Amino acid sequence: MRTILRNWSVRIGGGVLLVLIVVALAAPWLGTVDPSLFDAASRDLRPGQPGEITTLEGETLKHVFLMGSDSFGRDVYSRVLYGTRVSLLVGLLCALLALSVGIACGLAAGYFRWLDGLLMRFMDGVMAIPAILVAITLVAILRGSLATVILAIAIPEIPRVTRLVRSLVLSIREEPYVEAAVALGTPAWRIMLRHILPNCIAPLVVQGTYIVAFAILVEAILSFLGVGLPPDIPTWGNVMAEGRSQFNDYPHNIFFPGVFLALTVLAVNILGDGLRDTLDPKMAKRV
Amino acid sequence: MNVLDIRDLSIALPAGAERALAVSRVSFSVGKGEILCLVGESGSGKSVIAQSVMGLLPRSLPLAAGTLWLQDEDITRAPEARLRKLRTTRMSMIFQEPMTALNPVMRCGDQLDEVLRFHTQDSPGDRRKRILNILKEVSLPDPERMMASYPHQLSGGQRQRIMIAMALVLDPALLIADEPTTALDVTTQSQILKLISELQGRHGTGVLFITHDFGVVAEIAHRVAVLRLGELVELGPREEVLRRPRHEYTKMLISSVPGLVPRKKTDAAGAPMVLETRKLSKTYVDRRWIGPRRDVRAAEDVSLELRRGQTLGIVGESGSGKSTVARCIVRLIDPSSGEVRVGGDEIATLGARALRPLRRKVQIVFQDPYRSLNPRRTVGEALVEGPLNYGVPRAEALERARKLMALVRMDAQALDRYPHQFSGGQRQRICIARALAMEPELLIADEAVSALDVSVQAQVLELLEEIRARLNLAMLFITHDLRVAAQVCDRVAVMSKGRVVEYGDTEDVFLRPQHEYTRALFEAAPGRGFAFGST
Repeated sequence: MRTILRNWSVRIGGGVLLVLIVVALAAPWLGTVDPSLFDAASRDLRPGQPGEITTLEGETLKHVFLMGSDSFGRDVYSRVLYGTRVSLLVGLLCALLALSVGIACGLAAGYFRWLDGLLMRFMDGVMAIPAILVAITLVAILRGSLATVILAIAIPEIPRVTRLVRSLVLSIREEPYVEAAVALGTPAWRIMLRHILPNCIAPLVVQGTYIVAFAILVEAILSFLGVGLPPDIPTWGNVMAEGRSQFNDYPHNIFFPGVFLALTVLAVNILGDGLRDTLDPKMAKRV
Repeated sequence: MNVLDIRDLSIALPAGAERALAVSRVSFSVGKGEILCLVGESGSGKSVIAQSVMGLLPRSLPLAAGTLWLQDEDITRAPEARLRKLRTTRMSMIFQEPMTALNPVMRCGDQLDEVLRFHTQDSPGDRRKRILNILKEVSLPDPERMMASYPHQLSGGQRQRIMIAMALVLDPALLIADEPTTALDVTTQSQILKLISELQGRHGTGVLFITHDFGVVAEIAHRVAVLRLGELVELGPREEVLRRPRHEYTKMLISSVPGLVPRKKTDAAGAPMVLETRKLSKTYVDRRWIGPRRDVRAAEDVSLELRRGQTLGIVGESGSGKSTVARCIVRLIDPSSGEVRVGGDEIATLGARALRPLRRKVQIVFQDPYRSLNPRRTVGEALVEGPLNYGVPRAEALERARKLMALVRMDAQALDRYPHQFSGGQRQRICIARALAMEPELLIADEAVSALDVSVQAQVLELLEEIRARLNLAMLFITHDLRVAAQVCDRVAVMSKGRVVEYGDTEDVFLRPQHEYTRALFEAAPGRGFAFGST
């Protein structure tokens, strides 16, 4: 653990992520208003301009629009900050979902030879379809909600995790300590969970961070294309989608969520690289 | 004039290592036409010395003091360009594992040609002639074909000959051989040793021969240097060092080498039969999409018997099928045909569920102590795993583990620690304890002491012997090392190409070998002229 924290990539990536998490959690106390509030009088304000906003109770408040406002008169600053919650949540849940299903499939395919061919050919099939297409199709069928988007982004990642886990299992299952466990009469499921899985963790953590970064990006893309989360949920993709038509006149609508998106994805990737270097020195040399 | 002169050489270890210097004030020289054997256990710094001479020290191990002279040139701090010129022209090195030392995607001939192209101005025709000559000199059959072959198409011995040819093609003054025969079978080893001393004699090359094996030392050395934890403890002519060692450490090392004379056998005639295999066979089938299927017969018609209190050895070279037999008996792999009876129960064809209660009876200790324990689980967890699987309560299993640690002469506190905190020998003790926790009737040791240093090996062998006698176990001892087999086994089966070629009491097999292969094996055993283990 100490060697991990000594790595600068981990420090920088982890530090930025930590700040983003704090921002996401503390959004209501950071001078924001309800991100769904709008005021026709405050349309298309430039960043830093003061204006006013009407609450649901009909009260009108003075508010400084730090990142300007969009064409409905909504506060971009509030929407970007609240959007951080959605993005991080989507990233994390996608990674967890893809990892857990992928680990289960990978363990099964790697450990039980008879299952291997069947399962892996199926995964090959899933992998043959472009990820974005799968996501768009799924969202189109199931309609956009947080759960659908997470599912849609996680599914194309599952085969990748499965392949990684399977390859790790194939090499670890030949280790003498696994054979010793077989000789000790340890049941197969316990061998997988206690002997094989703990020795796969390092590469999986690394893979997990890449999935987080990818999921955040895809969520933004889907929302931007209008096939992601419904427009009333503030996400970076939605904010950018709404700013698209006025990009020439009011670039701030796209600029600020874009900066946050780039920063988050960069931070997660840097963290992943740092973890890879510290957890798995062999992999670091190859890549 | 000496070919190599090492004066007061010290090489630093990175901060935080178990000692400050990898090599500490070591001085010795290698004369023209002399073979100096550098002997030591793992971690003694012998390979580091070789690397420092070749200028191959990793950056983490800087040269701290001393000078290195190659003939009349001080190469201590020679620039890389100069060292590159010297390598293969004046000094060469061969390594332990010829497969990794050769480039797998280049033909052997091209790899040799590369050396000549870099160091000489010869025309392609001359270079070819030279390569053919040196290949003939290292007694490779059909040199033309060898030149056109890729490393994987050759046997281990042939690959090592290619390495030797590459090292000697420019007739260097110094040859450094770092454990060049350790990865080879005994019969191949004896050929390679013969080849090295022959070539060295013919060319007057000085050889720095690094080894851990005193049998090899007895076979090839003119002089011997003994290294211990980076310090040179003894240096002298072979006869002196082997027959009249002065330093305590040398004495201990030499007395740890097991002798080739078999020990007295234990009488187990009336004891119950623990293991019986009848016509046990294992065939690996390589089914391909296109082309005929290929069968590899790893073991064929192996019939063995083992009674309680007895030790049966299976001896053979790599690929002889000895480990296959062991793995079939533990049912880590399924036998293709034949019977395996453990304590009267036929287990060769049992399904996983029916087999489970019987697993307890047969336990195995593997060769590699570093991979035999799960790095992420404590020793204690490893030791209670088996008993817990069979319903022993945790407290009782832990109590048993504590007793076992005492039995294998380790501290009970070790139970809370992780495997990486222990040395190879200690880990092997832990593995033995883990096997014994199951209270087995049959203990299989699959090359269990082969990866250990000779002094540690002696201790572990002694421990195994003591445990076998105390618990009245049947032991199946698999080894490639005839010396170890002679000391441990009551009966031995010699295997070759999947078949048992000779099977009988150790004394009979060792003193009156019948089969041609067994005889060849004994003839190849290094250091037969020295009565090791008798002191």
